[in-house]
Amino acid sequence: MEHIRTPKVENVRMTDRLTPRKSTVGTLYLSSTHTIFVENSEARKEIWVLHSLVYNVERLPTNPSGSPLIIRCKNFLVYRLLIPQEKDCLDVLASLTRLSRPERYGELFCFSFNPNLDKELREKAWGFIDLKAEFNRMGIPSNLWHVTAANHEYRLCDTYPSELFVPKSASPAVIVGSAKFRSRGRLPILSYFHRDTSASICRSSQPLSGFSARSSDDEQMLQAIMKSNPVSELMYVVDTRPKLNAMANRAAGKGYEIEDHYTNTKLQFIGIENIHVMRNSQQKLIDVGELVAPSMSDFLWGLENSGWLKHIKAVLDAGIFIAKAVAEDGVSVLVHCSDGWDRTAQACSVASVLLDPYYRTIKGLMVLIEKDWVSFGHKFSHRYAHLDGDPKEVSPVMDQFLECVWQLMQQFPCAFEFNERFLIQLHTHIYSCQYGNFIGNCQKERRDLRLQERTHSLWPHLWENRAEYTNPLYRTDHSQTQGVLKPLTTAYCFKFWKGMYGRAEKSVASHQSPADCLNVVREESQQLEEELSTHQEVPRETDAGQETCPTEGEENFRGEEDQQAV
Amino acid sequence: MEFAELIKTPRVDGVVLHRPFMPTVEGTLCLTGHHLILSSRQDTTEELWLLHANIDSTEKRFVGSLGTIIVKCKDLRVIQLDIPGMEECLNIASSIEALSTLDSVSLMYPFFYRPLFEVIEDGWQSFVPEESFKDLESMTDEWRLSEVNKDFSLCPSYPSLLTVPKDIDDESLCKAASFRHGGRFPVLSYYHKKNAMVMMRAAQPLTGTNGRRCKEDEKLINATLCAGKRGYIIDTRTIAVAQQAKARGGGFEQEANYPQWRRIHKAIERSNVLQDSLIKLVEACNDQSHSMDRWLSKLEASNWQSNVKEILTTACLAAQCIDREGASVLVHGTEGTDSTLQVTSLAQIILDPACRTIRGFEALIEREWLQAGHPFQQRCAQSAYSNGKPRSEAPVFLLFLDCVWQILRQFPCSFQFNENLLIMLFEHAYASQFGTFLGNCVAERGKLQLSQKTVSLWSWVNRPQELERFLNPLYEPNNLVIWPSVAPQSLLLWEGVFLRWNRSTKCLDEAYQEMVHIIEYNKELQNKVNSLRRQLAQLETEDKMVADLK
Repeated sequence: MEHIRTPKVENVRMTDRLTPRKSTVGTLYLSSTHTIFVENSEARKEIWVLHSLVYNVERLPTNPSGSPLIIRCKNFLVYRLLIPQEKDCLDVLASLTRLSRPERYGELFCFSFNPNLDKELREKAWGFIDLKAEFNRMGIPSNLWHVTAANHEYRLCDTYPSELFVPKSASPAVIVGSAKFRSRGRLPILSYFHRDTSASICRSSQPLSGFSARSSDDEQMLQAIMKSNPVSELMYVVDTRPKLNAMANRAAGKGYEIEDHYTNTKLQFIGIENIHVMRNSQQKLIDVGELVAPSMSDFLWGLENSGWLKHIKAVLDAGIFIAKAVAEDGVSVLVHCSDGWDRTAQACSVASVLLDPYYRTIKGLMVLIEKDWVSFGHKFSHRYAHLDGDPKEVSPVMDQFLECVWQLMQQFPCAFEFNERFLIQLHTHIYSCQYGNFIGNCQKERRDLRLQERTHSLWPHLWENRAEYTNPLYRTDHSQTQGVLKPLTTAYCFKFWKGMYGRAEKSVASHQSPADCLNVVREESQQLEEELSTHQEVPRETDAGQETCPTEGEENFRGEEDQQAV
Repeated sequence: MEFAELIKTPRVDGVVLHRPFMPTVEGTLCLTGHHLILSSRQDTTEELWLLHANIDSTEKRFVGSLGTIIVKCKDLRVIQLDIPGMEECLNIASSIEALSTLDSVSLMYPFFYRPLFEVIEDGWQSFVPEESFKDLESMTDEWRLSEVNKDFSLCPSYPSLLTVPKDIDDESLCKAASFRHGGRFPVLSYYHKKNAMVMMRAAQPLTGTNGRRCKEDEKLINATLCAGKRGYIIDTRTIAVAQQAKARGGGFEQEANYPQWRRIHKAIERSNVLQDSLIKLVEACNDQSHSMDRWLSKLEASNWQSNVKEILTTACLAAQCIDREGASVLVHGTEGTDSTLQVTSLAQIILDPACRTIRGFEALIEREWLQAGHPFQQRCAQSAYSNGKPRSEAPVFLLFLDCVWQILRQFPCSFQFNENLLIMLFEHAYASQFGTFLGNCVAERGKLQLSQKTVSLWSWVNRPQELERFLNPLYEPNNLVIWPSVAPQSLLLWEGVFLRWNRSTKCLDEAYQEMVHIIEYNKELQNKVNSLRRQLAQLETEDKMVADLK
């Protein structure tokens, strides 16, 4: 509370740039966790903005009508306020600037957020996603893959989970040796096993090969991975970086696998740009969404200039390459970039969505995120600026993954159990710090923060509200629901994600949505089904009732009908 | 002239056909007077029946003695025919060329087509001006139906019956006509029942460089204003273009002479610019090798989406003036047959729920396009693959359909029809077995005796069997004015037309089927529940009667 200078400002105007008549006047409150705007209208409509979702606060020069303040959120919503007194505006600005940049984990909202769950339920909630069960679903452990204790207490690699799945044939010495030959000890481990072909997707960081270094342990590790796929004599290494970037890393003693050293291995570069390029690209895209009354040319030029869709295509192309190798060629793939926690996570998870219909369900996508992103050490707190820190560490890596899924949904409208709202909600919570799931940068950090004891899990919350996130067109028996998705990647297949980036102006919000209409129809159908089943039971009861004396239940039933008639 | 003279080789065997998303077919190619037919003579493969009128351009290539003809159609499809034998190929190519560029309207297929269905409702009689005037009469008595253009001498591009203010006599109309380009004096386009405001359309006034005026024209449009009310003149051209028109005898209404009117200039492009835009867009869509940057820059350079935005914006403006400002509106550009009609027809879709039903939309096209004198035959003579010298071709109607699609996409529950109807209209405007889109105006259609000699498109569309394909399962009648967003991010590329032949729609079709299924299942349940409720109610009354008797 010490950061709040003015807890309440009256007569604040929430403005809408495009349709000024939609502006509203109300009272602004600052709490320790939220900015709250309550309309003066009879409806007393409330808008709650979480401090941790605030990206920046900008004050424009005071004009005769007041002091304008723009609050931009990390989920691309923008609030434009007009505060009557300049002093109040400065106070709000200072408070919000501080409150939106917590310096310690303890300040994050998740540590104070209390949805009134008792301890037992909270613990159960954290067990909602079980990665062991997920590997079991894939058929792991098997006679070729098993769990290794090598990373017990994170002694091999502090950014990996403690339990790792590796080829059975890889000896402990090979595992340790391979870890030593990889950036930050992130050795090749199993991410996804494709039962149909027994090809696997493994992931790692770049090898420390420099210009000539080699490690026989690392080479054996790759051999072991290749041999864990009995039907194939070959494996691919997918380096998701542009080749030039990978080569530049060699000067720093890092780099990529030299094909001559790794027998039967084919190296493929994909060309996903680094986090800095992506950060700048997204900023340009956001700027496009914020243009005031842009012409079509402004918009299309801005979209092209941002390069955003080109990057989305690169990520999807990486996923398609891997999925094709695994499903069609039956070849195992090792995926890496530099550290193996950004582009690698994108490529592996996009490939998994393409390969496995399970990841296209609500629960499945949660599992996938928990596995490929949370457990394998994607640096959530750095990338999504949970704490005030190095801005160069921030990058929309997960945004791009979610967008790839959205682009796929446009091509395969029946293949996904979830809808766009689910993706947007996930995006918001990755940034919001309301739940503990995405706090910290790796499993070890989350354990040290005792998140499971001190915060709540997002997954059961989303699961309970899944009706809201269900795609009405999804049907498990649809041909496009099953098997591997083979999307087109011609440039015109990629669209601007209006639901995500087109939200800077309230009045541009979407109109009627067919999916929402269909959900209403489906709900109604469900009620009708229920009514039908009661009706169909009733005549029999009535028949029976006429022969004997009426039962109480029947009286009740008739009573209700009479009331309806009145 | 006999078609046989033009057909140098009527049939060739062993021709291979390549079509988008279909297996290649080997079979016999036949040329008839109106069709290019390719059949494998097996039941399993679909035959190709292509109207010569649908062919926009052809290209031929030779590899040894194997010739290839690339046929580019007005519906934007591109097909390839591999023809063995150089002579056969050359003959076929020149025959197609000749047959697809026949100049005489009376040789067109609609004059030869005999329907295989029984015409229950003659589409030629479905939308007569007298009927729509009856509707108007039920709402207001301020208007009359004038026969001043009975013989099309006053305005060749107008129909014979026109709705004009009651207080303006035919003599004044004649004078006003002489003051407007092509004789297109202001006539009623739409009456907004909610507030009694009207939308009129005309051609530009012939003010010329010396600022001519016409009292009758002023009186005519002032007659539509209520006392003390102001109106808006929406000129679809920029002020610069309108100024230039003066040099050629055209111009715009001077404030001094029309003090009760405020003039607003918009920037809808002229037809030759639109044609260029279409050619560029289709070129961009057809090159699948484009990188993302190149695709977006080509899409931008085509200006197609900008044109859509400008037209929709102008239509919204007209609708806004009427519904929100409570003012009457006069719309015109230069000739009053292109951008003017885009604006007046789209404004009605925004304002009038009736135009969002199938019947109402057909009536709108009949009223605001066909009878209003949009020169379909000139504008749709060539499509995106035209490589000759452009004459008066322009995708004016296609842009209108694109704009309707944009609104439909933003309000998926407010239209009784679906995208298929719009695509079908696009196809038939360019090449058809029906006579509806032949000719350039009512007078020409009369001379061609289309209503006697050809079948109307509406006769076919309005058959229950056909209609089903065009019904929007999500339709919920909605009596409101619908305001589309014209923000660039709200306007999308119309994939159903422009990417139709470039990507498979299997998954999208499945989604559509699923949607239909969900809604049909719901209806089925509703019927069951309703019938059970009725039964229950009946049983209860019987119960009660029994009880009463006891």
